[in-house]
Amino acid sequence: MNHRRDFLKLTGAAALGAALPLDLLAATPLTVGFIYVGARDDFGYNQSHAQAAAMIKKMPGIKVIEEEKVPETIAVQKTMEAMIMQDGASLIFPTSFGYFDPHVLKIAEKYPKVRLAHCGGLWTQGKHPLNVGSFFGYIEECEYLSGIVAGHMSKSKKLAFIAAKPIPQVLRNINAFTLGAQSVDPSITTHVIFTGDWSLPVKEAEAANSLIDQGCDVITCHVDGPKVIVETAEKRGIMTCGYHASQAALAPKGYLTGAEWNWVTPYTEIVNATLQGKPMINFLRGGLKDNFVKMSPYGAVVSAAAKKKAEDVKAQMLSGKFQIFSGPIKDNKGAVVIPAGTTLVQTDVTLEKMNYLVAGVVGQV
Amino acid sequence: MSASELTTLLLALFAGAIRVGTPFLFVSLGECITEKGGRVNLGLEGILVCGAMTGYAVSYFSGSAWLGVLAAGGSGLLLGTLHGLVCSLPRVNDIAFGIALMLLGTGLAFFLGKPFIQPQAAMLPSIDLGAWSNNLQLRHALQINALFLLGVVLALLLQWGMAGTRWGLALRLVGDHAETARALGYRVNAIRIAATACGGFLAAVGGAYLSLYYPGSWNEGLSSGQGLMAVALVIFARWQPLRCLGAALLFGAAGALGPALQAVGITSGYYLFNAAPYALTLLIMILTCRPDRTLGNAPGELSLTR
Amino acid sequence: MTLTRRQVFRIGVGVIPLLPTLCALAGTLALFVLFLALQGRPAGEACILIFEGAFGSSFAWQNTLQRAAPLLLTALCVALPARVGLIVIGGEGALAMGGLAAAVLPSWLPPWSPWLMLPAMALAAMIAGGVWIALCGALRQWRGVNETIASLLLSYLAVALFKHLVEGPLRDPASLNKPSTLPLPDAYLINPLPGMEVHWGLVWGVLACIAAWVLLRHSVSGFAMAIVGGNVRTARLVGLPVNRLVLLACAMGGAAAGLAGMFEVAAVHGSANSALLAGYGFSGILVAFAARQNPLAIIVCAIVIGGVEASGSLLQRRLDLPDATTLVLQGLLFCNLLAWEAVSGRLGALKLRWQASSATPLGASSEASHVC
Repeated sequence: MNHRRDFLKLTGAAALGAALPLDLLAATPLTVGFIYVGARDDFGYNQSHAQAAAMIKKMPGIKVIEEEKVPETIAVQKTMEAMIMQDGASLIFPTSFGYFDPHVLKIAEKYPKVRLAHCGGLWTQGKHPLNVGSFFGYIEECEYLSGIVAGHMSKSKKLAFIAAKPIPQVLRNINAFTLGAQSVDPSITTHVIFTGDWSLPVKEAEAANSLIDQGCDVITCHVDGPKVIVETAEKRGIMTCGYHASQAALAPKGYLTGAEWNWVTPYTEIVNATLQGKPMINFLRGGLKDNFVKMSPYGAVVSAAAKKKAEDVKAQMLSGKFQIFSGPIKDNKGAVVIPAGTTLVQTDVTLEKMNYLVAGVVGQV
Repeated sequence: MSASELTTLLLALFAGAIRVGTPFLFVSLGECITEKGGRVNLGLEGILVCGAMTGYAVSYFSGSAWLGVLAAGGSGLLLGTLHGLVCSLPRVNDIAFGIALMLLGTGLAFFLGKPFIQPQAAMLPSIDLGAWSNNLQLRHALQINALFLLGVVLALLLQWGMAGTRWGLALRLVGDHAETARALGYRVNAIRIAATACGGFLAAVGGAYLSLYYPGSWNEGLSSGQGLMAVALVIFARWQPLRCLGAALLFGAAGALGPALQAVGITSGYYLFNAAPYALTLLIMILTCRPDRTLGNAPGELSLTR
Repeated sequence: MTLTRRQVFRIGVGVIPLLPTLCALAGTLALFVLFLALQGRPAGEACILIFEGAFGSSFAWQNTLQRAAPLLLTALCVALPARVGLIVIGGEGALAMGGLAAAVLPSWLPPWSPWLMLPAMALAAMIAGGVWIALCGALRQWRGVNETIASLLLSYLAVALFKHLVEGPLRDPASLNKPSTLPLPDAYLINPLPGMEVHWGLVWGVLACIAAWVLLRHSVSGFAMAIVGGNVRTARLVGLPVNRLVLLACAMGGAAAGLAGMFEVAAVHGSANSALLAGYGFSGILVAFAARQNPLAIIVCAIVIGGVEASGSLLQRRLDLPDATTLVLQGLLFCNLLAWEAVSGRLGALKLRWQASSATPLGASSEASHVC
C-alpha cells in the first residue's frame, strides 16, 4: 500500500515537474535520458555507452534514465517523447545510428526546447534543427594502432576482420587497421567477412572459424557484441584485438590491445553545456588527442617492439602530427582513391563517404 | 577456384556440418519422437532458447557445464510436458499452442537471462580426434564435442528402438492410429505427453550446446530459427532418426556456407548465401511432398500432413 | 427489477462465449503476478504501470494506437487464410516485400500527383505481399507442402532478399551509414490523422478488418471459404473451386500484410531499410489467435497487444524491469487463450442446454438430454 502511495506521489511530482517551464528546472536536477538499441551489457557498443552513462550518473545535479533494446522504429520516437513528457528529460542521448533520420529529427522539431545529442549522425548546418547535435569519435586512430600491434605480432601475415555491414564507419576501421599493419610490413593482408547484421552470434563464430582456417592469426571485428568472436578466437589460440570496449577479460592469453570508446568525454561536454545554459553543441568529433577514444591496455603477450612502435605513432597522433589517410592510397581493385600528395585529415567530410577497401584487404564492398 | 581453395571450402563445410549441425540433430530427434507420437511441437524454438539460457546459467553458478546441460534438459522436459498436457485438452490446436509456447519460452529465457549476457560460464570440452593431422584446419574440424557423438548414438538407438522395441511400437501405433492403440489398452494421452516431454528434453539439450559450446555464449540473438527448421527437417527425413542425422549434417553445412564462401573470396550476395539453409529446406519440401496421398511413413494422426 | 429466468438464461447464453476469454485474461494476470512476485519484483505496480502505459493518458493512447496500426493488417494475414483452414505465419516476409515494392515504385514511375501515386504504391505493396503468401497456398494445394513451415521459410527468404536488394541494387547511394532505398519525396509521405499523432494506416487497418468481416460473414466467397476451412471434402463434393478459394484467401492475407509494409514505409520511415523488419508480422500472429481469427475482434486485440508493448517502455524506466517483460506477458496470454479454448467446448454444450431450457421452461430436461 505504501508503495502505491509513494508511486502515486512520484508520478504526480514528475507530471508537475514536466509541466513547469524548462527555465525553472535549473534548480531541479537535469534529467538525462539514454536510449540503447541493444542490451546494455553486451561487452560491446551498447556497453560502452552504458559505462559512460554510469559515470554521468555520478555527476552532481544529474538524474539519469535509461532504456535498452529500443528498435529503430516508431518505438524510439515514443520512448523519447515519454522521457520528455513523463520523466521531464531535457537532454536525450539516442545512441544508435539508425535513430537519426527520421526519428530524432521529428522529435527535435516537435520539442524545440529539448536537446537531442545523437551518436554518429551527420548534423548539417541549415538542414537539421539547432537543438540536435551529433557526436562521434575517430576510433580509426585506435584501429591504426591496433593494426600496428597486430602487424608486429602476426606470424602468418594474415589478419582477420569480421564486420557487420560495409558502411563507411566500418570501412574506415578496416582500412585504418590494414594501413596500420602495413606500416609494419607492407605484405600483410586483411581478410574480411561481412555477416550482414550487427548481432548474429552463430554467423560470427562461423566467420571466425573460417578465417582462422584460412591461416589468419589475429582477429578483430566491428560488430555490436565482440564477445563471441573474441571467445572463439581464444579457444583456438588465436590473438585478438578488441573493439568498442575492453574484452581483455575474455581472452587472457590472446588479447593484444583494443580500440575503445571513451564516450564520457563528449557526454560530459554536452551535459555541462546544458547545465551552464550554453548553446547546444551541434557537431562534436574528437580522436585520441581529445580523449574521445582510447586504447585498451596492452596484453601480456605483446612484444616490446610492437609496444614501442605503437607508442611512437600514438605520441605523434596526440601531438596532432600524424595523418592516417595520406596518399597515395589504392583500393583493392587497383584504382587510386587518394592521390599522392593529398592528405585527408580526420575531420574531412569525404571520409564519411568512404566506399572502398584499401589494397591488401581481401574482400569486397 | 583453385584446388587448395576448394579443399578449404570443403573442409569448412565438413566442420560446419558437425559444429552447426549438432543443435539441428538434437532438436530434430526430439521432434521426431514427438511427431511419431502424433503431435507437432512448434514450440521447440522457445524450448531451445530456454534450454540455452538455463544451461548457461547453471553452468555459471555451478562451474560445471555438464550440469548445465542436464539442467537445460530439465527445463525442456518441463516445457515439453506443458505442451503435451495442454494439447491433450480437447479443441486445442497443437500448431497454435506450439507458436504460443515459442513466444513464452523465448520471453522467459530473455527475461531470466538478462544477468547472464555478460559473464562467462564454464564451457563444454571438446574431444580432439584430429591430433594426428598436420593440417590445422583438419585438426580443428575434427575437434568434436561429446554431445555430437551422443547425438549420433541417440539417432542409432532411436532408429533401432522405434522399429524393434515394444515402447517404440507403442509410440508409433499411438501416432498412426489412436483408436487402435486405445482399443489395445494403451493410454494414448500419457504416451503422447511423454513423447512431447522427451522431445522438449532433447531440444533443450540442443539449445545448451549453442550456449555452452558453439558459439559458446548467451545472448538474445543466439537462435536463428533452428527450432522451426528442425520441424521441416523431420519431414524431410521422413521421420527416420538416422535420416535426421544426415539432414542435420546437411543443414549444418548449409549454415556454414555463407562465411566459408566469403573466406575463399566469393563475397557478393552474402545475404542470399546466408539464407541457403531456408532455401534448401523449402526446395526439399517442394520436391518430396505430394498433395493427394499422405507422405510415406507419416504418422497418421499428425495434423501437419493431414 | 428482478430478471425472469428466461432473461437470465438469455444473458447467460450471451456471456458464455466470452467466458473462455475472460478466464484466459484472469489466468494470464494471475500467472504474471506470480512470476514477478516469485522473483521479488513489484508485481502489483507492474500491472498498474502496464495499464497506465497502455491506456492511462492521451499520450499512452497515441502510443498504443500507433503500435496497433500495423498489427491490424498483419493479423489479417493470419486470420484470412485461417478461414480456409490454413495456418500461415509468414506475415513478416509479406510486409517486407510490400514495403520494398511501395518504396521503390516512385522511382520507377514519373512524378504523379500523390492522389494517384499513393494508391499505386498501395496496389504494388498489396500485389507483392499477396503473391508471396499466395505462393504458400499454391505450394500447399499443388504440392502438399505444409503451409505453416512453407510460410515461415518464405518469410526468412523474403527478409534475406529484402536486405540483399536494399543494401545492393536498390540502395540509395547517399544513404551511407544506414543503407536504404531512395527516400520518398515529401509529397508521398503519409500524414498523421488530424488532431492525432497516429498515421492513416490505423484507419485503413480498421476499415480492412471491417471489410474482411463483411466479406467472410456476408459474401458468397466468404461462406465458400468457411466450407473449405471446415471440411475440404464436403467443399469438393459440392463443387466449390477449392484451389482458387485457398489462393484467394492467401492472396488477400498477404495483401493486407503488404499494405502494412507500405504504411510503415510511407508514414514512419520514409524509405525501405532494415528498421522496417520490427517483428510486426510475428506480433500479428498473436493478435489473430487472440481474436480467434475474427476480424472484428482483431481490432480489439490489436489495441490490447499494442498497449502491452507500449507499456514496456514505462516498465523499463520506472521499475527497472527488462524489456522481455512484455514478451512474457504476451506469451502467457497466448498460452492461456489457447488452453482455455478447451473450456469453450464444454461451455458450448452448456449453452445448448440453457438455450433449450429457456425455450421450453417446463420440459427442459427431456430436451437437453437429447442435445448433449
